[in-house]
Amino acid sequence: MANDTQLALWEVFIQSKSGGHHVHAGSVHASDYKMALQNARDVYTRRNEGSSIWVAPSSCFSASGPEEAEMFFDPAEDKLYRHPTFYTMPEGAKQI
Amino acid sequence: MDATAVQAVFQDKIEQDLKIEPKDPMPDRYRAHLIRQISQHAHSEVIGMQPEGNWITRAPSLRAKQILLAKIQDEGGHGLYLYSTAETLGISREEMIEQLQTGKAKYSNIFNYPALTWADIGAIGWLVDGAAIVNQVALQRTSYGPYARAMFRICKEESFHQRQGYEIMANMMKGTTEQREMAQDAMNRWWWPALMMFGPHDKDSAHSGDAFKWRIKRKTNDELRQKFIDKTVQQAEVIGLTIPDPDLKWNETKQGYDHGEINWEEFKRVINGNGPCNKQRMEHHIRYHEEGAWVREAAAAYHEKFPTD
Ligand SMILES: [Fe+2]
Ligand SMILES: [Fe+2]
Repeated sequence: MANDTQLALWEVFIQSKSGGHHVHAGSVHASDYKMALQNARDVYTRRNEGSSIWVAPSSCFSASGPEEAEMFFDPAEDKLYRHPTFYTMPEGAKQI
Repeated sequence: MDATAVQAVFQDKIEQDLKIEPKDPMPDRYRAHLIRQISQHAHSEVIGMQPEGNWITRAPSLRAKQILLAKIQDEGGHGLYLYSTAETLGISREEMIEQLQTGKAKYSNIFNYPALTWADIGAIGWLVDGAAIVNQVALQRTSYGPYARAMFRICKEESFHQRQGYEIMANMMKGTTEQREMAQDAMNRWWWPALMMFGPHDKDSAHSGDAFKWRIKRKTNDELRQKFIDKTVQQAEVIGLTIPDPDLKWNETKQGYDHGEINWEEFKRVINGNGPCNKQRMEHHIRYHEEGAWVREAAAAYHEKFPTD
């Protein structure tokens, strides 16, 4: 058991119907992308949950952390003019 | 961030009922508690495949065999979701397997009992998965995000497990006298261990204080056990099975059943390694883990040779 390997970690994204987004489903262990795809199929799509699968090595991901959350996301808070509800439409105007 | 700041940010999120995600600050003891709980949950799913796997080749029909295979495959999947969940907390799959095989990590006590007859497959699905569902539904609201998400996926799959087991029991109860006796015998053997799956009574429960403070747990062992009993008694009645508890009776005031004394001595004996199948379960796991080593090594070697394949 000393130098046992459980192979590398991969992240799995499933598109449930064509046209939709690929959504993160979880992870699998595999030595290469073919095995990762097969394992993802077996682990995450046993009940027609998928029409397409993406896999990528977990080591290739970078994720923003809670430290960056303020810097990243707060600037959007005071920019209400990016939303359609910000604007006053003239009385009586239709279909806008 | 120092430990006090971590604690403050963390507890604030908990109070607001927000989920904790892998990169969020969390106290070391919260992390350790989750690693222990989630890895043991994963081990239970995996070891739980053994008593049922024992019946694949002897399933009484092709239909029964297909169902059992699908059910066991789901359990393997549950183990994998949960191992991945624990990995987000910084423990490796290798470490978890080692902890299981050296006895450092436990798995659910229930899987140290043997599946003696085909009726046991019914009782396991109905009672053991039934109890697991009650636990897992409650865990869908647990505070650690990846664990809660794994529970949603698992619960969606579990309901077929319980129904297939109940169907087996119902069919046997419509069968010959011998088949009915077999079903009742399985019921007698699995009922009490199923109640023990919820863990010690609230007054004797060692880890539960923190688990509630951190909202890992939201319902107590006794509350969950009560829920399971109240649902199951009616199901047993419908198909003519008797609950093997002479003290079981409806309590009008609490609108639930009172039950007899659980044999915690037996629970302790089994969890400490002296159940009917502890040794066999672990030997089996180690044997197949070791026999499969060459496959993992070959896959890794292939990848080294053809890294872009
Ligand atoms: Fe399961
Ligand atoms: Fe199950």
